[in-house]
Amino acid sequence: MGTLWYSLVALMVAGYVILDGYDLGAGVIHLGIAKTDAERRQVIESIGPLWDGNEVFLIALGGTLFFAFPRLYALSFSGFYLPLMIVLWLLIFRGMSVEFRSNVNDVAWRGFWDVVFTFASGLLAVVFGVAIGNVIRGVNFDPSGTFFLPLWTNFGVAPPLGALDWYTGIVGVFSLAVMTLHGALWIALRTSGELQNRARRSAAIAWPCVLVVGAAVTVLSFRLQPLILRNLAAAPWGAVFPALAVGGLLAARVASHRRHDHQAFLASSAAIAGMVASAAFGIYPYVLPSQLTIDNTLAGPHGLAIGIMWWAPGMLLAALYIGYAHRVFSGKVPPSENR
Amino acid sequence: MDRVLADRWQFAFTITYHYLYPQLTMGLALLIFVLKTIGYRTRNAHYDNAARFWARVFAVTFALGIVTGIPMEFQFGTNWARFANFAGNIIGQTLALEGVFAFFLESGFLGIFLWGENKVSRRAHWLSSLLLFAGAWLSGWFIIATNAWMQNPVGYRAGANGQLELESFRALMGNPWLVWQYFHNMCGATATGSFVMAGLGAYYLLAGKFREYGRTFVRLGVIAGSAAVFLLLFPTGDEQGRNVARYNPVALAAMEGLFESQHGAPIALVGQPDMEHLRLDNPIAIPNVLSFLTYRRWEARVEGLKAFPRDIWPDNVPLLYFAYHIMVGLGTIFIAAMLFCLFFMWRGTLYEKRPLLWLLIVLMPFPYVANTAGWLTAELGRQPWVARGLLRTADGNSPAVSSGNAIFSLLGFMGLYTLLSIIFLFLIYRIAQRGPEPAPPAAEPVH
Repeated sequence: MGTLWYSLVALMVAGYVILDGYDLGAGVIHLGIAKTDAERRQVIESIGPLWDGNEVFLIALGGTLFFAFPRLYALSFSGFYLPLMIVLWLLIFRGMSVEFRSNVNDVAWRGFWDVVFTFASGLLAVVFGVAIGNVIRGVNFDPSGTFFLPLWTNFGVAPPLGALDWYTGIVGVFSLAVMTLHGALWIALRTSGELQNRARRSAAIAWPCVLVVGAAVTVLSFRLQPLILRNLAAAPWGAVFPALAVGGLLAARVASHRRHDHQAFLASSAAIAGMVASAAFGIYPYVLPSQLTIDNTLAGPHGLAIGIMWWAPGMLLAALYIGYAHRVFSGKVPPSENR
Repeated sequence: MDRVLADRWQFAFTITYHYLYPQLTMGLALLIFVLKTIGYRTRNAHYDNAARFWARVFAVTFALGIVTGIPMEFQFGTNWARFANFAGNIIGQTLALEGVFAFFLESGFLGIFLWGENKVSRRAHWLSSLLLFAGAWLSGWFIIATNAWMQNPVGYRAGANGQLELESFRALMGNPWLVWQYFHNMCGATATGSFVMAGLGAYYLLAGKFREYGRTFVRLGVIAGSAAVFLLLFPTGDEQGRNVARYNPVALAAMEGLFESQHGAPIALVGQPDMEHLRLDNPIAIPNVLSFLTYRRWEARVEGLKAFPRDIWPDNVPLLYFAYHIMVGLGTIFIAAMLFCLFFMWRGTLYEKRPLLWLLIVLMPFPYVANTAGWLTAELGRQPWVARGLLRTADGNSPAVSSGNAIFSLLGFMGLYTLLSIIFLFLIYRIAQRGPEPAPPAAEPVH
């Protein structure tokens, strides 16, 4: 039961990063690749009808974590209070920039929201990476069984810990690179002409960054979190997850180079799934090292049995809506006339 | 500032502010569906244009609803960790249900409704307005299920480690508190949407702009608004009040400013609770009415505040009393105003009656006040509990979060939400000024 919910939550994290990842990534390269107002509107329109549905994944993920692992939800959300507040504020800024940018035809208005869009998207990508880095590194608990992390202390990975240190910072950069690649592949898929070419070039630049930083993150994680190698030694089949990540990345590069934008985006999605699964496999059965495990945070069996009864059909239905919306908006975004 | 007080201020501020947006989107979702249905059945482009216009208002409001809504779910964990740990298996489920069953539906079909009119068939576009409405109203159901559980905990059992777990899904969804609170709340949202629609229509008529649309907006707004305000009083408000009497009588006593238990209790129309002398100052009261409203007997005994131990009194009796009286007073004014409008609509002269058009404009902000006062009543009446009878608010916060950090984030939200308000008003003003316009030429052939 515990492993099932652990896997479901990991699946939702992967779903969230794949879906919101492409619209965050689109935001990161927005200022860089879209030069004219028409191009910027194209970038925004490629995610406009879809981003809020993607963000619902975050809400559903939070709710699932809440009822399946209430103790984890309580301890980690209050322990990471300050970084979470910053995430909330960035989400507010980014949501406004996507929705409101094109509402007013004014140079200053649109220029302002363009900058907000890129910076909030980029910072969110970094902060989400920092969050995953914190989960892998783990936190120290007080004798009372709680913890509270300041934003940073001395940027070292030994106590006193802060949310941002050199390790979580590198994971944040990695996350930024991955989402940039993912978003660039999305823009290449949804646009045509010069904008599409620039998106492909951005993907070509992001790709080696993902590889290099990813290698560094992998090595550093092995050293900082001995659980990972222990888990791999105990269950060597777990190597399929990093293999999926690496294979997906290679396939994404090849497909993008051959201008198979659809395959490239799917390969990048698979790579993200592989990365999230690798992290989840690596720290199993912990949910937040060094103290919180599946067993000591899982909700009661009766409540969870009720939960799975609606959760499974509900998420299936949600997948249908998401699939339908993505199918309706699957074509190229036309270069829009001025308005 | 006391730690729990900082957490309470932050939650109260962010939830009160957040709910300014969903009450409009839930109300408009119904009205847009009505407009879209008329347009679909009559093939009259006027109604499609009207629906498209309100969809623009909806989109801006919905965006602000999302970005101010996400912090609400997170704050259960960040600021109310002991409550989240205690009741997470139950209220986490209702919150997750909202995301899974309501928000995916709502956001998916909002995208199609707003951006896909030229990409899907007429029928599919009409259907997307129905599913948008369904998603919006389902989200209300699950949120109120969460609140109803805090007001009246049901369907749980004690699990390990001092946590609760859900025992019965049916009991959770069939909470007797839930049904009336839900319909009462949704009528309130419909009132907001209707009054905004009617008010803008009245403005167009007075300004001599978009007159045809102005008439449509006033007509639909007044009809839907009348239905909503009557239903707010009866049966939903009446039943909700009786639920309070049945399940939380100490809150009823505080709402009514009733200190002494008595047979044939009066209802106070005006007066100020005096917490030093435990009496109502300057009361204007009608004898026996409270007894009748609560128990349907003129001589029934109603318990006053003094009948209950002081440590279960709501901790801010005057604010609770005033919030409740503001809600009821405004509701009464709404009913009177709607009766006038209905009468002149029936006579066929409403659209030329300048004083009534002015009245509709002036009324626009007041459903927001009434809805806010209603929620203050519900939430102050729940105090001093976070889950009534099970966990006190003072025992529900996060031990790890200092008051300095809570004040920091509270100030951050206040600043950010001030900015949001300015942007919202600016954008809505522009949309209203541009008004409904004919459909843009189809970019692709309509299937």
